[in-house]
Amino acid sequence: MARMVTTRRKVISTAAAWLVGFLIFFPILWMVLASFKTELEAFAIPPSFLFFHWTTENYATVQERSDYFHHALNSIIIAGGSTLIAMLIAIPAAWSMAFSPTKRTKDVLLWMLSTKMMPPVGVLVPIYLIYRTFGLLDTRSGLIFILCLGNLPIVIWMLFTYFKEIPKDILEAARMDGATIGRELIYVLTPMAVPGLASTLLLNLILAWNEAFWTLNLSTLEAAPLTVFIASYSSPEGLFWAKLSAASTLAIAPILVLGWFSQRQLVRGLTFGAVK
Amino acid sequence: MATQQTQLLARTLLTPAVALLFIWMIVPLALTIYFATLHYNLLDPGSESFVGLENFRYFLTDPAFLASLQNTLVLVGSVLAITIILGVPLALLLDQQVVGLSIVRLMVIAPFFVMPTVSALVWKNLLMHPVSGLFAWIAHLFGLPAIDWFNDAPLFSVILIISWQWLPFATLILLTALQSLDEEQKEAAEMDGASAISTFIYITLPHLARPITVVILIETIFLLTVFAEIFVTTGGGPGLQTTNIAFLIYSQALIQYDVGSASAGGLVAVVLANIVAFFLVRIVGRNLEA
Repeated sequence: MARMVTTRRKVISTAAAWLVGFLIFFPILWMVLASFKTELEAFAIPPSFLFFHWTTENYATVQERSDYFHHALNSIIIAGGSTLIAMLIAIPAAWSMAFSPTKRTKDVLLWMLSTKMMPPVGVLVPIYLIYRTFGLLDTRSGLIFILCLGNLPIVIWMLFTYFKEIPKDILEAARMDGATIGRELIYVLTPMAVPGLASTLLLNLILAWNEAFWTLNLSTLEAAPLTVFIASYSSPEGLFWAKLSAASTLAIAPILVLGWFSQRQLVRGLTFGAVK
Repeated sequence: MATQQTQLLARTLLTPAVALLFIWMIVPLALTIYFATLHYNLLDPGSESFVGLENFRYFLTDPAFLASLQNTLVLVGSVLAITIILGVPLALLLDQQVVGLSIVRLMVIAPFFVMPTVSALVWKNLLMHPVSGLFAWIAHLFGLPAIDWFNDAPLFSVILIISWQWLPFATLILLTALQSLDEEQKEAAEMDGASAISTFIYITLPHLARPITVVILIETIFLLTVFAEIFVTTGGGPGLQTTNIAFLIYSQALIQYDVGSASAGGLVAVVLANIVAFFLVRIVGRNLEA
């Protein structure tokens, strides 16, 4: 231990940290609790915290409305599809910039970063009109395409920073041994790149899953993912708190789990390597 | 040693990504600029005509624009202030020796992974509802009148929700930066009899200057175009009280179908974002060389 930490200090910081952590987490906890209440109890004042009649009927109702699965499936296909395609385009690009950098590599990287800075609302009008013309409104492929482009700069950047850390000597050794570029890619690079690939995949899956500008504007029903489905609960006549909570819990649970795994990569991915 | 062959290969591998991003950046932007010079309303097809800078004049002198610009700035500024003023002490706290730190970290980071429509609706209904919300009940416990959040302080309510979403981000980045701070430096300061406060001011805070800048820039980029949280809670209202630039452009484009004016607004948003992006790209670029 580097520094002497008194027990008293440890107790105080532990208590404070747990209290603050609990407060920050509370809205999510409260939502999960509400999802197990009846609609009446979810509304009740004073609210019941644990001693209510626990029920899973909201989850049953949400799933009975067959459209929940439809939207969940859309979320999986759109988030998964856009991430995979982005990875396929980004891996070669990042590989090339990390291992055969030229004088312009830095400029290319910064230019890619700057495309991410363009506010989506700045191009909402043309994208909407192009989509309308080509019948892409409310289609999964339309959303996959736009989310893929939106996240491509982040994917390339993350992969670049990971690839950059792979020691080049190893590649040269492999080349000396007569490995072709193909073999070099499969047997040398891939195993070393897997952790970076995995965390890039994870972070972008999360970003695409939660994306709520293009999904809200370009889809209504057929291709609508969970972000749009949940938004439909905002209409006054749709105010069923317990069901809203159940649908929300289902919508965020998988991503919360993935997010917890990728919290360290989050910093790296979202700051473009500016904070390590 | 890069041979000519590998260089050619490298260029080939890079091309698809560059081409796609180039098209993605140029085509819609060029169209936005083009539409911005037209009188073009989707409800009135066939009436398109060139009007020069008329749309910009209309958009920039529209009282709704000034109101939404003000709302955008207040929203971005407040969320930045809240997330950093709370984020610094929170990161310092999590940098202490805490029993069960990994669980606390999970709880703190969780809001960032909640999709915007969920956090907005959960806050609006379960917490901030003037009659059945938890906040109303807590106010009642203390004998205070319940606040009708979205009527009495709509913009503040939106700010509160968005701050909750972004506090974890600021905290996590600041915490990461704190953990790279040299422990020995702090120890040396302590041995020299520096108080906790002066250690913080002269050692910790300067070390946090850069990550704080990064947090400010990145949050600003995302916060300038906050949309979903407003879309599902207030719809920009009451009146224009929670309409930011992004929402104004959306309502002009997809509710009033005024393509020309919305495009002009879109370009204003692009310019605003670019001012911020300019500084962010410079910081990141400097880091790339180091």
